[in-house]
Amino acid sequence: MAGRKQSADVHQKIRAAFDAFDYEANSTVDVREIGTIIYSLGCFPSQKDLHDFIAKVEEDHTGYIHLDKFLPAMTKVLQEHKFPPISEDLLLQAFEALDKEKKDYLDPEELTKYMTQEGEPFTQEEMEEMLTALADHRNQIHYKDVVSQMTIKPDK
Amino acid sequence: MARVVFKHAFHLNLKGNLWDCVAAMKAAVLIQRWYRRYIARLEMRRRYTWNIFQSIEYAGEQDQLQLSSFFSFMLDNFTQLNGNGPDLISQLLDPLVDPWLDRETCYNQIHVPESYTGPRLSFPLSVSDTSALLSAFKEQQTLHARYALQLLYETKKLLKQMPNIIHLSTSYIKDITICGDLHGRLDDLLLIFYKNGLPSADTPYVFNGDFVDRGKKSMEVVILLFAYLLLYPDSMHLNRGNHEDHIMNLRYGFTKEVMQKYKTHGHEMLQLFQDIFSLLPVATVIDGKILIVHGGISDQTDLDFLSSIERHKVTGHRSVLQTGKKNEIHRRLSSQQQSEPKQEPRNAQSELSSLLQIVDILWSDPKTQEGCSPNTFRGGGCYFGPDVTQRLLLRHGLQLLIRSHECKQEGYELCHGGQVITIFSASNYYEEGSNRGAYVKLGRELVPRFYQYQVSRSTLRAAEGSALRALKEKLFAHRCELMAGFLQSFLPSGSVSVSEWAQVLESVLRLDLPWRTLRPHLTRLAPDGSVDYPSCFEDMGPGNPLPQVAPNLAETLFRYRTDIEIIFNIIDKDHSGLISAEEFRHTWRLFSAHLGVDINDRAIDDLARSIDFNKDGSIDFTEFLEAFRVVHKLDSKDQHLSGKMDGEKC
Repeated sequence: MAGRKQSADVHQKIRAAFDAFDYEANSTVDVREIGTIIYSLGCFPSQKDLHDFIAKVEEDHTGYIHLDKFLPAMTKVLQEHKFPPISEDLLLQAFEALDKEKKDYLDPEELTKYMTQEGEPFTQEEMEEMLTALADHRNQIHYKDVVSQMTIKPDK
Repeated sequence: MARVVFKHAFHLNLKGNLWDCVAAMKAAVLIQRWYRRYIARLEMRRRYTWNIFQSIEYAGEQDQLQLSSFFSFMLDNFTQLNGNGPDLISQLLDPLVDPWLDRETCYNQIHVPESYTGPRLSFPLSVSDTSALLSAFKEQQTLHARYALQLLYETKKLLKQMPNIIHLSTSYIKDITICGDLHGRLDDLLLIFYKNGLPSADTPYVFNGDFVDRGKKSMEVVILLFAYLLLYPDSMHLNRGNHEDHIMNLRYGFTKEVMQKYKTHGHEMLQLFQDIFSLLPVATVIDGKILIVHGGISDQTDLDFLSSIERHKVTGHRSVLQTGKKNEIHRRLSSQQQSEPKQEPRNAQSELSSLLQIVDILWSDPKTQEGCSPNTFRGGGCYFGPDVTQRLLLRHGLQLLIRSHECKQEGYELCHGGQVITIFSASNYYEEGSNRGAYVKLGRELVPRFYQYQVSRSTLRAAEGSALRALKEKLFAHRCELMAGFLQSFLPSGSVSVSEWAQVLESVLRLDLPWRTLRPHLTRLAPDGSVDYPSCFEDMGPGNPLPQVAPNLAETLFRYRTDIEIIFNIIDKDHSGLISAEEFRHTWRLFSAHLGVDINDRAIDDLARSIDFNKDGSIDFTEFLEAFRVVHKLDSKDQHLSGKMDGEKC
């Protein structure tokens, strides 16, 4: 019984997140909003993870995703904790790994180089946004302060 | 994976250490994932905040429908009132002077002191006058009543010469700029002028209604718009909006602003504004191809018919009172006819359809569903679907409809397959950071180009805080009903689940919001995961010490404070801020009878007596309303949250 109630709650959560982007009230969302929806449900997928997920649920390349396919797929993701969150500690370690000179902050150029050339690179727009958000008045990214400020607690 | 590592072995590495490369790459992926999620969460919060504002705004418009139905209720009880109390009906529904007629004026005799350093306009206006106005308003100066009045008289004279629908052509000018709702936002208007250029023969503008209300500088906005209209009548064009209406002004702040800025002459100005508003053209057409109206259209819209009516006669003082209440209009018209010389019944019918044509133009909203249905949210106008748009455009050989009337997050939005553009020019309309403003430019090829702006880039936090505050006020205003609902869920099982909590909110408040997601901001959970529902109301408390009133009376007064204020403003014809205790009692009794609220007469009498501070039989209703404002006890908490959810209770 508890299991059933739990999955009903999970369904409700997923539906609420989905509805926020269902502009035409016809149970479909634009595929480009899927990332935002999944993130808002507490998951941290990589771009590749997102691509794979979308491939499974998109309606034949129409650019839309229907709730009927999204709901079961997303439920599975949540129940299996597929894209677990990144802890503050791990994040700090990541920044430290990039801070080769161990100066406790990154210069915009350093961060830009890594973010736009490594991993799953940022677009120029994403990069500019990140610098605006993270750089302080000395134009340095003091990642220790940044990480604690910008970690959003998961919703209950 | 292997390919990427290989690439990095060549490019990156200063220490020649492959391990370092892999670490850097892994670190980068992690940070990117984390950051993208952070941005997505922000976007989600922005969207929820937006939804809250929109829902509450629509609910507010519905309240206004309630007000108009109250007036109908009073109409129905006309005979009863006549014998038994002050003649509120004639006060409320005064058949006003025909806007066309010239009013008595003596602005020439108003003395302007030497100490006045603001603009001294000379008519006909020149560029130096408009420049002087711009500078003065940037310096927070107020235009002296003597010049403001003359400006209004000249504007009225000019508008009398204009047709209902203005036809423009792009053949002589490069680009036309079209702006949407400004709602008294002087900063947005100045920003538009800065980015796009001042109005001139080379820079023509169309302003698509709703210049006033809500914002604090409606007077300045409208003075500038009228000044440019007088200066460049062929390049400056103003469409009427639904807020160019004196009942809306009573509710949404323009009336108050005028009376505050012009204590002596405000009354005369407001009468002039009434005339001017009813004389504003209702539509603009560019090159016979692009239709610009404030709200939208209906399946009855007929531009030829619209061109032919006498717009000032039709709307005069009536447009808002009777929106959505077709029967009442008919009844009122027929009762009027009894006092006037016998007229043909046909006049009443065509006057009705003329009125409805204009109401549709000013109040309608586009929807994705096909067809045309009454706009229940606004209380007037329609919801029109893509088929209605298609048909109208086809019928009149048009290719595009540009309208405003609805706030859009990006300042503009396209719908109906690109055949309808909504343009909204008041940025940060709900709150700092809530939305951008935009304007659209059309050149000879008639392809729209959009320009966006935001007066001040601010954090999401302020907008979110404000939305949540407004939502909490809604909860507080319905506390008794909500508590009753919660208790019903509580009693059988001894707890209220989150679903049950959400259901109660949904049914009492009738706001379509994601309650489960908002839950952490509104209420705490008990240790067992059920909702600690009394914590909903923890944050809110009464402001000033209340006069002794029963709790549900206080709640009712709080909930309807806006409507009550409007009624008071109507009764208080000379805008002195005082009404007689008798009028107060009478109005309140009517209002509560209409609402079906059970407040006994004794409670009202006690209330009236307790707020008649001077014991002279008159009530300062501003003070009265102030007493029923609520404060948010936890406002200070909002300050030190950086990136965390506002006021979260977990």
